[in-house]
Parts: sequence; C-alpha cells; structure tokens
Amino acid sequence: MTEAVRYEVEGGIVNLVLDDPSQSANTMNQAYADSMAKAVDRLVDEIAADADSIKGVIISSAKKTFFAGGDLKLMTQSTPADAQRLFDEVEAIKATLRKLETAGKPVVAAINGAALGGGLEIALAAHHRIVADVRLELGLPEVSLGLLPGGGGVTRTVRMFGLQDALMNILLQGPRVQPAKAKELGLIDEIVPADELLSAAKAWIESVQGDADAATQPWDRKGYRMPGGTPSNPKLAANLPAFPAMLRKQTKGAHYKAPRNILAAAVEGASTDFETATRIESRYLVELIVGQQFKNMTQAFFFDLGAINAGASRPEGIPPTKAEKVAVLGAGMMGAGIAYVSARAGMEVVLKDISLEAAEKGKDYSVKLLDKAVQRGKMTQEKADEVLARITPTDDYALLEGSDFVVEAVFESVKLKHEVFAEVQKVVKPDALLGSNTSTLPITILAEGVDRPEDFIGIHFFSPVDKMPLVEIIAGEKTNPEAIARVIDYTKAIKKTPIVVGDSRGFFTSRVIGTFVNEGIGMLAEGVNPAAIERATSIAGFPAPVLQLSDELNLELMTKIRNEAKAAVEADGGTYTPHAAEAVIDKMIELGRPSRLKGAGFYEYADGKRTGLWSGLAEEFPVADTQPDFEDLKERLTFIMSLETVKCLEEGVLRTIPDANIGSIFGIGFPPLQGGAIQYINGYEAADGSIGVEAFTARAQELAATYGSRFDPPALLLEKAKNGEKFA
Amino acid sequence: MTEAFIYDAIRTPRGRGKKTGSLHEVKPISLVTGLLDSLKERNPNLKPNEVDDVILGVVSPVGEQGADISRTAVIAAGFGEQVAGVQLNRFCGSGLESVNQAASRVKSGWEDLIIAGGVESMSRVPMGSDGGPWAMDPQTALRSDFVPQGIGADLIATLEGFSREDVDTFAAESQARAAKAIANGYFTRSIVPVHDVNGLPILDHDEFVREGTTAESLSGLKPSFKDLGDFAGFDSVALEKYVDVEKINHVHHAGNSSGIVDGASLVLLGNEKAGERHGLTPRARIVSTAVIGSEPTIMLTGPGPAARKALDKAGLSIEDIDLIEINEAFAAVAMKLMRDLDDYPHEQTNVNGGAIAMGHPLGATGGMILGTLVDELERREKRYGLATLCIGGGMGIATIVERI
Repeated sequence: MTEAVRYEVEGGIVNLVLDDPSQSANTMNQAYADSMAKAVDRLVDEIAADADSIKGVIISSAKKTFFAGGDLKLMTQSTPADAQRLFDEVEAIKATLRKLETAGKPVVAAINGAALGGGLEIALAAHHRIVADVRLELGLPEVSLGLLPGGGGVTRTVRMFGLQDALMNILLQGPRVQPAKAKELGLIDEIVPADELLSAAKAWIESVQGDADAATQPWDRKGYRMPGGTPSNPKLAANLPAFPAMLRKQTKGAHYKAPRNILAAAVEGASTDFETATRIESRYLVELIVGQQFKNMTQAFFFDLGAINAGASRPEGIPPTKAEKVAVLGAGMMGAGIAYVSARAGMEVVLKDISLEAAEKGKDYSVKLLDKAVQRGKMTQEKADEVLARITPTDDYALLEGSDFVVEAVFESVKLKHEVFAEVQKVVKPDALLGSNTSTLPITILAEGVDRPEDFIGIHFFSPVDKMPLVEIIAGEKTNPEAIARVIDYTKAIKKTPIVVGDSRGFFTSRVIGTFVNEGIGMLAEGVNPAAIERATSIAGFPAPVLQLSDELNLELMTKIRNEAKAAVEADGGTYTPHAAEAVIDKMIELGRPSRLKGAGFYEYADGKRTGLWSGLAEEFPVADTQPDFEDLKERLTFIMSLETVKCLEEGVLRTIPDANIGSIFGIGFPPLQGGAIQYINGYEAADGSIGVEAFTARAQELAATYGSRFDPPALLLEKAKNGEKFA
Repeated sequence: MTEAFIYDAIRTPRGRGKKTGSLHEVKPISLVTGLLDSLKERNPNLKPNEVDDVILGVVSPVGEQGADISRTAVIAAGFGEQVAGVQLNRFCGSGLESVNQAASRVKSGWEDLIIAGGVESMSRVPMGSDGGPWAMDPQTALRSDFVPQGIGADLIATLEGFSREDVDTFAAESQARAAKAIANGYFTRSIVPVHDVNGLPILDHDEFVREGTTAESLSGLKPSFKDLGDFAGFDSVALEKYVDVEKINHVHHAGNSSGIVDGASLVLLGNEKAGERHGLTPRARIVSTAVIGSEPTIMLTGPGPAARKALDKAGLSIEDIDLIEINEAFAAVAMKLMRDLDDYPHEQTNVNGGAIAMGHPLGATGGMILGTLVDELERREKRYGLATLCIGGGMGIATIVERI
C-alpha cells in the first residue's frame, strides 16, 4: 500500500512527503495518522542506530496545498459515545508530532500551498517554517467551524506568542493570512521563491548543523519563559478575569462554544507542562467535536458554502461567462455600492442617474472607500486610480451603449422601473443581461416592461453592498437558465456568494426577515420588556437586536410592503389577517418615530448616534407584570424564521438547502452558530436533550399552542418529522 | 440551653490601606498579637491557656496572612500551646462567620471559651492575591457568570433606582456620622491603639475618615466600574442574566464604596461558666446567626435574606431590632438592605457611620461591626441589634445580639 506520508532520504536529509494517494488534498485521516507514525518511528530508530546518519528532516507536500486539516465529513458524524475513540485518535496524532519535535534533529516545514488548521499545526511542530512566495492561506481557522486547533495549535501558539497574543491574533478569530502577514505574526520564519522551497529547507538544515537549539522548540529549552508570563504572573493575572468577559461582549451573549473552549484550553494549558497542556487541549477539542454546534457551523460554513462556491446552483451545461461593461442605473446607496464592487472586479461601469450631479455623488462613494483602502495600506494609489477610472458617472442613456450587464437600482416602483428599462434596452447590447436590484417587486411583473423577459432577472444586493457577502438571484417566470448562470458568474467575479430563489412576494430573504421583525415587534404589543426583546435577539445569536434592526429597516417601508401584500391578498379574493406587530408599527409612525433615518424610532438618537431605547416605550406599550419565559423569546425569533424557510422550500421559492442556510446567515442574520435556518431544524437541540427534526417539530407545536398558529409546523416539516428524515 | 455571651470585643484602628497608611509598616501577625495582648490586659483574670480556640477570618490568606495565621498568632502572643487556632474564609463575611462559629460551638456545650475575629492588611497583601478559580479560570467564569463586585453593586443601584445623587448622599451621611462618633469618643472603648516594639504609638484612631465630605464634593468622582463594565465586557456578562435591564448605571466610586484599609478585630465569646471562671462580665448574648447563598452574579443582595433568616430563627420581627450594622461595601448594598427590611429606618442603621467612612479590612470587618453594635446598644441602652454583611460569590451573613 502506498503511504500517505512518504519517507525519502537524500544526503542525510529525510523528507517526509505528505501525499495521500486516496485524495487530491492531504487531510488528517487515519491513513495520515498511521503513515506519519510509521515514518517518525523509522526516523527515531535510524537516529538511535546512527545519530550522525541524519542531518535533519523536511516536511513537504506533493499536493497543490500543503495540508488541508481534519477530515470534517467523518468528524461531523461523531456522537458523545465516540468521545474516547476521538480522544485516543487525537492524542495519537499529536504524540507522533511531539516525537518528531523532540527527536533531536532540526525539522523544517516547507510549505508550498495552503496550510490551514491541521496543516499549520503539523508545521508548528517543526522547528522552522519556510513558505513559498505565492498567494496561499495560513492560519488556524478552526473557530469559524466551531472547533479548536486541537492538533497542538493552541498549546504551541500559546508557547510561541504568549496567552494574550495567541488568543487575540490567532486563535479566537482564526484569521487566514497570506505569507507576509504570517511572517509578521511570527507564525513562519522565511518566505522564498516557490522553486527554491526545498533547496531553502535543505540549506537551513545544513546551516544549523551542530546547533542543538535549532533541533529543539523554545519551550523545551532550559530557562524557557512564556511570553507575557503564565497565569501566575501578577500582571497577567490582573487581566485574566476580563478575557471571558470580553469574549462574551464580542459575541453579544451568543453562546459560541469554540472560542470558550479555546480560551479555557489556552489558559489552563499555560499553567502546565507541554504534555499536560496538549492533553487538556485534546479534551476540549473532543467536547466540541461530539457536540452539535460544530456540526451546525461546519454544515453551513464548510459544506454548504463549499457547495455554493462550487457552483451548485449554477445551471449545468452553460459555458462560463464574463460581464465586461456593467450599466448601473440609479446612483443611490445601492447603485453606488454595486458600481464600486463591479469596478473593483475589473469591469467597466457606467453609473447612470437622472442628473450628472447625482451620478457623481454615487461615484464619490467609491472614492471614499478607495481612499480608505489606500490610507490603510491595503491598496496602492495607482490601483485605486485604475478602479476609479473604470466608473463613468452620467445622466445620459447613450453612454450605456455596449453594456452587456445591467443592474437597475432605482426607486422601488414598477412604473419607474418599466420606464427605465424601456430606455435602457434600446442602447445596451442586444443580448445584455437585464437585472434589477429590487428587494420586493415581482420579477415577472418587472420583466413585462422589457422585450426580452428571458434575459430579465432579479439581482438582490444587501446594504452596504461592499460589506454584505450575499446576492439573492431571483428567477422570474420567463428567466432562462443562461441568465442565472451569467449572474452567478458575475457574483463570483465580485466575490459574493449567490443563492438562487423563485419569484414570490419578498423572495426568500425579505419574506423571512419580515416574519422575524414582526415577531419581535409583536412582543412589544404583548407587554414584553423591550430590553428583554433586544437581549433575546442578541443571545440567540442574531447580529442586531430586533427593535434596533427595525429602526434601520424603517417602519414606513415595512408599512408600504405590508400594504402591497394586503392589496395582493385582497385582489386574490382573500382576507388579510393582520399581525400583532402592525398596531405597534402604526402607533410608532403616528408618534413620529418611524426610523433611524428620521432620528426617532424604538430608539432615541442624538446627532445620528443611538443613545438608548426610547423612554416613552413603556408608556405606549406597558410592560406586563409577568414576563414570558426568556427561552421562549429567543426561540420564537429563530423558529419563526425557520418555519417560514420551510414554507419557502415547500413552495419552491428555495431550491436547495445550502441556499437556505447560507442565504439566511449571510443575508438576514440568522444565528451563525445554528448553521442556518434549515440546519437549525436538522440539528435542533431540545431542552430534554433530544436532537433533530422531530424535536424541532414538537417544540414548534408547543410554541403554536402558547403563541399562535403561525408556529404550526408546515406540511413538509410534519412529513420529515414523521419519516424521521433530515432536510437534505 | 447554654448561652453564648460576648465578654469583650476589641479592634485595631483602621489604617489607610496603602503604602502611606499608618499601619502599612505593621505585619498582619502583629495586628493580631497586639489585640491578643490587649485582651489579656483588659481581662486580668483571663487564663489564656484555657481558651479553646482562636478563629480568625482572613480573605487573602496567603503570604504574610497565610498558613493558618491564627495558630501562629496564638504561639507568637504566648497564649499557651494548648490553645488551638484556625483560619477561615467566607470572604467579607469572614469576621462575622468566625463569631458565629464560635457562638455555635459554645452554645453546643462542646467548648467554653473562644476568641473569634479577623485580620486583613490590605496594603501588604492586596485583595485577590489568592487568585481562585471563579475569576481566574475561564471555564468556571464562563459557566457561572463571574463579574467583579462593583458591577453587581452598580446593577443593584440600577434595579433599585438609586441615582448617583442617592448613593452619594448616603456616603456623605456615613462620613458625617463617623466623624461625629469619633469626636464624641464612641469608639474609644473598643479601639486598641497599635504600638511598635518599643511601645511607641503608631496609630490610635480610624484614619480613613474624611470629615466634611458632602454629596456635592463626591459628585465629581469618576465611576470606578464603568470601564470594567463597558470595555472589559463585564456589563454584558451581567446583563445576559438581567435581561430586563437595558444598561447598567455606574454610580459607585471610591467615595461611596468601602475603603481599602488595614486592621484586625477580636471578640471573646464564652458560656456562663467560663465567664465566672475567668472573671468576665457578659455584655451581650448571641441570639441567632444565619448565613445564606444568593444570586452570585449580582453577588451583593445577601444581607436582606440573611437578616430575615436570623430574625426567623430568633423568633423576632424587624420591629424588634433597635439597631442595625450593615457593612457598607457599597452604598447601594446598605440602601437595599434597609429597603428589603420593610424600609428599616436609616436613623437606626449604621448610626456611627460605616465602611464608606472608616474602611473595610475584609476579614476583620465582621468582628469590628459586631463590637460597634454592642457598644452602641450599651450607650443607648437598647436591647436588640443586628449585624450583617454582603459576601463575595453571592452570600449573606447576619448575627442578632441582645444586650445584657
């Protein structure tokens, strides 16, 4: 059998080549564990037999990447019953690296490609790290998947950088950095041209012959002191109590388990010897692996995001396309942002508004962002000038000539949009894609205003465009697959994540966030303490408290959308049932408190800054003597979104589970720790310890009995629960 | 049933708890041996080697205050090798805890004569020197919502609606009462001046008091816990539990919180027989004691429930209590206690000022306020008094005494 780690010797230098024959990338699977153990045993044996025969060791990779990290597929299937096995496996993998690190010979990692997570942890067990001067990512991003760097990453970085720097710069945020930044952080030692990687590694080994320190880690040398001191150091001890508190402040009370375990493993390990520390690290890792949160986060941020990035929603059989000249109509906040991201991606942009002045104001947005980037050293002035030069502001439709990609972002009015497209289609290329950045208007109706409805499509950006990662692509009745493929290619070019949804009122994101906002505002009508409503949102894991968000979203806009929905129901001969939130919204508008924009909403504002909840809230919406269970408040907010998402799946508004999960997290703030609106159902942990769709359904029924029929499980959910199936 | 009588209660003066404080040069052991010596002098018929035990509360029992300082003090003071010594720690309740344990052991009939009290040289062994997992171990802190006490005190003020002006007014009153009590010599019976090896005086009065303090003069002080709350994130931790509170109003500062000071206290407790044997006159009897646990994050709401429990055990109602001594850890703690006890009159609470004015030498305070209570019951010729303290980790302790 071919080994996943090859043992090659040349001129007294051992090269441990990471090259898993069964996969395109190396992962920390059993094959790796076994062959690495075998290779290191052989090394140790050979050193024992004749120490002078070996000068040093190189760890290198024969793959495009250096090493990809843990085998997530396997790990996500673990349950608490697997804890002992996982612990033993992790310990075995680490014992091998420890053996290599203490074998008495200089070890150098020659990093040719990405080394993330387990990959970097292998490299950290080397005494020296050399990286090829190419674009590649280094880091310990485990935290973003709900894990901790349990392959020695916590223990070694704490010993390399001290508790504070290891936690703040590397472990708790898990940044993926390029080689230059990694060198600045001290994660690596040298950057060399890619074709000199192995020779540099050999040269280093030759250069340290006879230097005993080069063959040891700092923490194994006599007199080692941890940078910044251990927790028994009074200076560190004075700050230590604030570490957990700051973490909780950053996560706004949402119970992210991974950073908590990282913090605990780092601090506890810092007070002990290396061997004990690394064992503590393994225990905290295993706790995460067998838990549900890691599975939720990995489903969303590894599997689902990976599927979308791999083009899961892109219609098959359509050759890649490239937008060259983008016509952006309307230079308001959205149009300005769309122009910016398009120009940054190298596209020509014509930014059209009714006056040249308005169009130029839209372009100024790019000026501001680029200036900031230059100031922060993230971009050269030359590059910034190039980007700016690609944006042409105008009030003249004629300048749109030759555009192959149109994104309209004018005021939300069917009539206005029809008028604009009537002009646009005359000047742009005859096969130009016709996109509208509407957030609510039906694409099929908008498409009636153009000659080529098959090329008409919704491209819903989120505000602010340059920051928000999601684009919701809406296919109208007549939209053809080519149009979908073209927009997906465009989103890829501007480095956004696309989801593809059907043309129903509010599409997916606006529809689902509407239920969330109504649920939160409705609580006020019930007499729930407004501070508790806000805190329930934050502790549940939403990025913004619901009343605060409502001020941003604007109650007047909500009313407009509601009136349209109501009119549509009535036009279909139905009876519109108002939501409890509507009376609150109407009252707030009547009181002149509709939004942050107007400087007054559920919150008070001074000079545009939010100062606190409006002091008159208690008078308008008296706080009830008995408050509902806090857990109920939290779950009402998450459940209402997930239930509406199931309805979107039922109705075909959503086509895939990854779209549902990623769309809900990236677009409308569904708590990332739950892995998205559908993964939340699949992985729901009930109070009684049961997990999954059935438990979720039972809880939905419980909420429906207490709070109303809007929590009734939809048929699709009942069916899944009955069949014991997950959404997949 | 056997009674536990208080035969004597003494204390050192309280020195400012910093390098410039008068008692900074005095080792904690010397604060205790000075008081032990004084106990012998004040009670000439006391046979020291017949004392069953010396129980001392110390909150940071490390270094100079470590290794069972009680037994060391007994030996150093020449009390006789037969006398045992034990150190205990119930945080700020330690001093009163030692009194309560002594009283319980005497009342049980198993022991006859015990010295209780406590010592804390906060200038020499700073608060927190002993570490401990609640604050220092992230896993524990995360699971049990640790926040520093000051955040809890500010949260109490927020929940109770005590404004900055309210707490400052309370603090100013503490100062005024302490200054008056000192001027009138109300503490002279209990205070044992601290001397050096030559018998030269080092300190003979509570030096932390700032006479003339007013609510206005305090109003300019910067809140002490705002940065801890905002930047270090402790407000977020507390508010995860207190979900109805939008934000914490940070009202406490150095001027309306207990002072950091050095000092020690001793209380001599025994049964009737011991009193006769050692020629002691009982001053008061311990009527009941209580200790309770309360919500640990807000931490400082224990005194009310502890007082209630002690009242229940004593079969008394709050109207029966003539005087209350509550440790002024923070102004809001004392103010909340009065509110919790059916708006107990401020005129009968900390009548001679409290820890805001005179300081709170952690392990020693319980013994000190109990002594102050007995002194004042005697001066006023009143019957029942209650002493209580809030305690770290969310506890409360109380003792009810009856003057004899």
